[in-house]
Amino acid sequence: MATFNVNDIRNDFPILSEKAYGKPLVYFDNAATSQKPKVVIDALVNYYMHDNANIHRGVHFLSQRASEAFDNVREKVRAFINASSEKEIIFVKGTTEAINLVAATYGRKNIGKGDEILISAMEHHSNIVPWQLLCEEKGAVLKVIPMNDKGELLLDKLNTLLTERTKLVSLVHVSNSLGTINPVKHIISLAHQKGIPVLIDGAQSTAHAPIDVQDLDADFFAFSGHKILGPTGVGCLYGKLPLLEEMPPYQGGGEMISSVTFEKTTYNEVPYKFEAGTPNIADVIALGTAIDYWNNLDRPGAVAWEEELLEYATSKISAIPGVRIIGTAEKKAGVLSFVIEGVNAMDAGMYLDTKGVAVRTGQHCTEPVMLRFGVPGTLRASFMFYNTKEEIDCLMENLGKAIQLLQPQTAL
Amino acid sequence: MNTMQEIEDEIVEDFNLFDGWEEKYQYIIELGQKLPALDVKYKVDEYKIKGCQSSVWLHGEEREGKLFFMADSDSTFVKGEIALLINVLSGQPADEILNAKLEFIDKIGLRQHIAVTRANGLSSMIKQMKTYAFAASNHSKQI
Repeated sequence: MATFNVNDIRNDFPILSEKAYGKPLVYFDNAATSQKPKVVIDALVNYYMHDNANIHRGVHFLSQRASEAFDNVREKVRAFINASSEKEIIFVKGTTEAINLVAATYGRKNIGKGDEILISAMEHHSNIVPWQLLCEEKGAVLKVIPMNDKGELLLDKLNTLLTERTKLVSLVHVSNSLGTINPVKHIISLAHQKGIPVLIDGAQSTAHAPIDVQDLDADFFAFSGHKILGPTGVGCLYGKLPLLEEMPPYQGGGEMISSVTFEKTTYNEVPYKFEAGTPNIADVIALGTAIDYWNNLDRPGAVAWEEELLEYATSKISAIPGVRIIGTAEKKAGVLSFVIEGVNAMDAGMYLDTKGVAVRTGQHCTEPVMLRFGVPGTLRASFMFYNTKEEIDCLMENLGKAIQLLQPQTAL
Repeated sequence: MNTMQEIEDEIVEDFNLFDGWEEKYQYIIELGQKLPALDVKYKVDEYKIKGCQSSVWLHGEEREGKLFFMADSDSTFVKGEIALLINVLSGQPADEILNAKLEFIDKIGLRQHIAVTRANGLSSMIKQMKTYAFAASNHSKQI
């Protein structure tokens, strides 16, 4: 394994040498989706060029090869998040589907009228709406852990928020709009003291640090492939085996059954019980390649570099008058969210776009967070280990120009 | 008053002078900064078209069979887009506004940037302008 060197790493990602409007692309929208190393792109092409066949049903050569490649990925994912068994890994479309799956199965079975589901004030809409739908259906109540002005959860409220009626805690690991790293291990242990299971939304965290679901003692853990160098349309739900075994199926169809007659259908075992229909074979296989890439990366080096980038960007932006950082938690990862006095975030984002700098603007699917901070939206630069300090310099220089152009001139 | 087509053609000609997205952006910002302020009495929810990333306040009124629009936004870029639309549509007969295809938006290469920011409410704004025109057109037919 080579020691981490960002210039070498960048060569692995073909898109990083793209131009935007003739200018070198500066990609700071990694929290929305990560770019893909060439090996992942090649894996997709190779699959369709050489291996494409439906899996687990064909007796023929190709089907067996595709089935083997597909099945191997479950083990790779298991090791990637240190689950105790392959059976605990369910392939889904992404984090959103993973959360919906838990709401529709575990939730429907175990949550009833007057029961409570606890989330936090910094959840992505994907970890709010599925629970609201369930609450509406069951007459359950959604409760929210509040946060302070830095974007840190008020843990002292947990004692009163975790009640006898709490049936599930569903919590984001790293906030996509604030960057806050939540102390999920601690919160899980508090919830477990009262016998309450916890789902962790790992959509952002999985790209930023190694995940160990056993160490966290998470009951469910959800993440998306496309945010961790893999393709879109594939993600994983981890669940502790005893929980998964008790859960009813999610969708009905092929693969998830053991036997079907018109009188009665019996279901396949975990995890297949939750994977109705032909799975997303190509993308699962390419996700496996993405995990191989992580395993071959100097991970501590990459984590340290990313932290250095965030620190560098934070200190640079703090020197620009009129800029206010939204999300100043002590522990942050990957995200620099900010507003500029007198400047609409979208206008500034579009200016940066004209310079080839890709950031995200708006509410980042966290409308309650924007409301909490009293801003209509923010600009968000989000980093990945393949970004450079030169790119941050480029962002800051153009941000200065954007402010000059867009900020109303105050009379002297 | 020029016809809508003539005004649209002029806008397209102006935009043809620009080299790329950066120059177009700067020009639209400039238009936005010059857009006359909207009377505060119209900057209320009744006139608001809420977008995901910016909001528009739009007021239209009919004078002698023609419709006149005034608008504002919290985004300077959207104000620039408003300025272009007002240039084309304001002061035109209701029927013509109702039928306006506004092909200049595609021709000046703005569509792709608008599509991304569904957000910026331009299409809602056009719809609202046409609603004004529809009401005015029906109103005049009844008379």
